[in-house]
Amino acid sequence: MSDQTTNSIAFVAEGTIPPSPPPANETGVVKWLRENLFSGVGNSILTIASVLLIYVVLKNTLPWIFNGVWNADSLSQCREILGGKTGACFAVLAERWNQLIYGFKYPVEAYWRPNLAFLLMLVAAAPVLFFDLPRKMLLFTAVYPFVAFWLIWGGTVLVPLVALFGCVAAAVVFQKYGKNSFAAGFFGGIVVALIVWKVGGALISESASENAWLTAVPSRDLGGFMLNLMLGVTCVSLSLPLGIALALGRQSDMPLIKWVCVIFIEFIRGVPLITLLFVASVMLAYFFPPDSTVDLFLRVVIMITMFSAAYIAEVIRGGLAALPRGQYEAADSLGLDYAQAMRLIILPQALKISIPGIVNVAVGLFKDTTLVSVISMFDLVGMIRGPILASTEWNGVYWELLGFAALLFFVVCYGISQYSQWLERRLATDHR
Amino acid sequence: MSELAIDREIDRSKMQVSDEVAIEITNMNKWYGSFHVLRDINLTVNQGERIVIAGPSGSGKSTLIRCINALEEHQAGKIVVDGIELTSDLKNIDRIRSEVGMVFQHFNLFPHLTVLENCTLAPIWVRKTPKKEAEERAMHFLEKVKIPEQADKYPGQLSGGQQQRVAIARSLCMMPRIMLFDEPTSALDPEMIKEVLDTMIELAEEGMTMICVTHEMGFARQVANRVIFMDAGQIVEQNEPEEFFNNPQSERTKLFLSQILGH
Ligand SMILES: Nc1ncnc2c1ncn2[C@@H]1O[C@H](COP(=O)(O)OP(=O)(O)O)[C@@H](O)[C@H]1O
Ligand SMILES: [Mg+2]
Repeated sequence: MSDQTTNSIAFVAEGTIPPSPPPANETGVVKWLRENLFSGVGNSILTIASVLLIYVVLKNTLPWIFNGVWNADSLSQCREILGGKTGACFAVLAERWNQLIYGFKYPVEAYWRPNLAFLLMLVAAAPVLFFDLPRKMLLFTAVYPFVAFWLIWGGTVLVPLVALFGCVAAAVVFQKYGKNSFAAGFFGGIVVALIVWKVGGALISESASENAWLTAVPSRDLGGFMLNLMLGVTCVSLSLPLGIALALGRQSDMPLIKWVCVIFIEFIRGVPLITLLFVASVMLAYFFPPDSTVDLFLRVVIMITMFSAAYIAEVIRGGLAALPRGQYEAADSLGLDYAQAMRLIILPQALKISIPGIVNVAVGLFKDTTLVSVISMFDLVGMIRGPILASTEWNGVYWELLGFAALLFFVVCYGISQYSQWLERRLATDHR
Repeated sequence: MSELAIDREIDRSKMQVSDEVAIEITNMNKWYGSFHVLRDINLTVNQGERIVIAGPSGSGKSTLIRCINALEEHQAGKIVVDGIELTSDLKNIDRIRSEVGMVFQHFNLFPHLTVLENCTLAPIWVRKTPKKEAEERAMHFLEKVKIPEQADKYPGQLSGGQQQRVAIARSLCMMPRIMLFDEPTSALDPEMIKEVLDTMIELAEEGMTMICVTHEMGFARQVANRVIFMDAGQIVEQNEPEEFFNNPQSERTKLFLSQILGH
């Protein structure tokens, strides 16, 4: 390199350049419009077309909504009030509100019970959904299913108590023996729970429910949106752990466990849910002992849970596969055993990756609970299609009723989706 | 493949090799399917030794040290660590793993846990150390690797060199008697290699038994008391660093050294 080139390249900054504000371009509304809506001929055409479309839709629906009639006893009365104008007949929602929410057989004087169960559910779900809340609240979450069962179905308090006691006994056995051998604790726990339930069940007399403090309500009397919520919440909370177990089982080194899980997942995924529901309504009874009358609600829960667990298992398998092998090796090299490595290292990360997929399944499951209407359960859609639309007063009010059903489902599903987005942000630790 | 100059004086007062055997490997063989990765490995490591394993890529260096804490299973021969023989018995494996710390090329920190939680997790769950004590010990080792101020950050917020030092601290929190390093500096930018090597030197100065797979020949010269050269699944040559570098015996070693040292 000659001196000359070195000189021409050499440069020393003479001082620091002070920061200055960005150039003052046109700002405000006009700029935003130009950049976002009218940034070219094509985009301008699209913008105008969209505005027209929105205008047409609103022009036709807004009068329908705002002219809506809220007070009437039947569709014909609605029409009279409207006198030829377009307008909705929301009166059906007001008049049949209880049926839409609780079904048509749930005793009116007991409506406070599902209402209370719903409020308590919010309390029970809170520590699971928002883990900054005190961990002690999880104790309530643990007993909530039994409380809710008692509130909704009523009858003698002994049934949920025996069920709870069996679960506690199983947990104690698992705590005690699960440390040495997972299998011993797990199966020991199941056996103990079965014994407690069998003995407890035998002790409860047939007539115990007859004049119980809360009158017993049979499952076939449940209905309306309450039934959808009950199915949705129960099945989501059961299918998540089952899905995790299936996903881990599918990865297992033990061929028997692995193949059981693979066959289960592949079989369930290959069958339409509606088929499974028909199986639940007519055939599942064959699998249980002949003298036992397994509740239809329980049979449907089993089917929907298996269905969504298979999907969740596949979502989680994707999450597990996305983790680098180094995570397993680091956990192993620190001496963590399988259960600890899974619980503390692998699953937290794999589940985090799987959140969008799990939410997808959960939302789908919740909407699929309306399928029970085809096996003559009167959920929200079943109520609308059956008792309400078939009645002489409200025959023909499709838009209002189905729009209302859509709205209810939308609110819940949108809530789930918002929660999952919050959760993903909250769990983001890779601040790159 | 650099020879980073180690510019500090190394305190050798505590670097003593005792007679006690830490690791004894006899006639160990390993296959991946039908591929014979490790062939007749015989290696005895005494307490306090600092061993560097070098060799071309694919020669089985990683596999060898991963066999020592049973991340890989060997199919023939015997591995005894701290008097415990490595068999398929899970109890022995867990005992050995808690005696042997391992540092990986890609750090393998747990990204969903803070630096402090990374360091306290295994002591709390494996050693059943009370949380407070585990945290105190973690802070002690984080100070030792000179990043106590990062304790509450997540690994993703740290540089590569910092992450590797956290990984070393995480291993140390289990109070291992032996440390294994698998190319701890290979994934690092040159300016970060030194900070990790410094940490490793300090560890050696305290008398830790170490087996390092590394291409840092400066480290091998200054810190190791024995250099092992592996090729094609075999230990080809082992010697004291001075002899190894100045007077290599086998042709393969000479070739390797000429490639790696660039002359
Ligand atoms: N899990 C595995 N399955 C099959 N072959 C492997 C596996 N891991 C490593 N190998 C092979 O074993 C040989 C030794 O690998 P490794 O011990 O990683 O070498 P080094 O660390 O010396 O580069 C390589 O040829 C590699 O391809
Ligand atoms: Mg390697």
